Amino acid sequence: MAQQDGPTPLERFINGILPENPVYRQLLGMCPTLAVTNGMKAAMTMSAAVAFVLICANIVTSLIRGLLKPHLRILVFTLTIATFVTIADRFLAAYMYQMSKQLGPYVPLIIVNCIIICRCEVCASKQPVFTAASDAVGQSLGFALALASIATVREILGSGTWFGLRVLPEMWPDWVIMVLPPGAFLTLGLLLGTANWIGSLRAKGSQTSQEG
Amino acid sequence: MEYLSSLILIAVGAAIINNFVLHYFVGVCPFIGVSRRVDMAFGMGCAVTFVITIAAFLSWVFTAFVLQPGAPLTAWVWQTFSPASDVTVDLSILNYIVYIFVIASSVQFVEMYLRKFFPPLYKSFGVYLPLITTNCAILFACLMIMKYVSGVTGPEAWDLGKALTLAIFGGVGFTIAIVMMAGIREELDHCDVPVPMRGAGITLIVAGILAMAFMGFTGVDRALANLMK
Repeated sequence: MAQQDGPTPLERFINGILPENPVYRQLLGMCPTLAVTNGMKAAMTMSAAVAFVLICANIVTSLIRGLLKPHLRILVFTLTIATFVTIADRFLAAYMYQMSKQLGPYVPLIIVNCIIICRCEVCASKQPVFTAASDAVGQSLGFALALASIATVREILGSGTWFGLRVLPEMWPDWVIMVLPPGAFLTLGLLLGTANWIGSLRAKGSQTSQEG
Repeated sequence: MEYLSSLILIAVGAAIINNFVLHYFVGVCPFIGVSRRVDMAFGMGCAVTFVITIAAFLSWVFTAFVLQPGAPLTAWVWQTFSPASDVTVDLSILNYIVYIFVIASSVQFVEMYLRKFFPPLYKSFGVYLPLITTNCAILFACLMIMKYVSGVTGPEAWDLGKALTLAIFGGVGFTIAIVMMAGIREELDHCDVPVPMRGAGITLIVAGILAMAFMGFTGVDRALANLMK
């Protein structure tokens, strides 16, 4: 029944990646997007942590959706998310200590990441487990894609490397500003503009093809 | 005197040098979402400062007395139940859950209190109050305080005064940033911005330029520290 009044699991999965990309389309989860994208490694670790928390929280929320009381649901969501974030944080501290030091407070800040609360609220609290899980996987792939695009620009321009490997010649003068806070805002602003521009071009293209 | 100067350093650091929004990127969502008009931005800033102070107070109390390794209250409870053991009880695994619970309940409490006793103020805060629960700035302040309290012993461990200073001036820094942004965006309405950049795109670019300006404050804390010696 739930499947009829909404997109199918597969559609939700695909929607999360590009058409409803959490960062570029919905402008959610800005703080990790801006804070940890000065290198690819940090960005990928962060998106893996977010993916783990998002998928687990969506599955659990979907399983307990019958028990939720409307006025307490946000509290239940945040407590569920906080539990999984604690697990992710302890895991990172145990197995990737350097990375955990580098990410610092941004791992616990996943708790208040709007993407996860938004997905719990919009999808997982109304849909069966499989739909919720596929939605979560799609959204976290979209988030990873967005983080990767920003981190690629910032790391290549800022330190001339990608995943720590040299891509630009040694003579490249590092644009230090790109790895500092202003670079994050500028890169995301420009990429967002580009995404909107491509989106409007595609919309125009499909319009003319329909008319013709 | 030394204590006062350390408070001033924390205040300047939190409000200007390491501005919550422009240096740590916390609270970017309301920074972009609610910065359309100056009065709304100022209301949001005040609400955040208010809640951040209460949450910081509660989280300091919980961290110092319950959560940190060997906290007095936990140790006392443990001693009552098993007097023979000499284990240090460490509840710091519960940190995040307790903080988010503290934030959510203090937002709820502030909302009820304002609605009962200050209806005009409550009306002017409007929908922002419940939204603050998911504002990263507040959890971030709690985590900063945790870093300086939990597991730190001796004079370096922060007392309540330092924690509250960090929280209040972090909120002030957020207010400064969001009001500046709103002022710029009011002027931006009269500009001819390229269509794809309208809305969030140009806001982020302006924020980038603001962040560059705030980078100019780097090193002010060291100069201040020398001045106050």
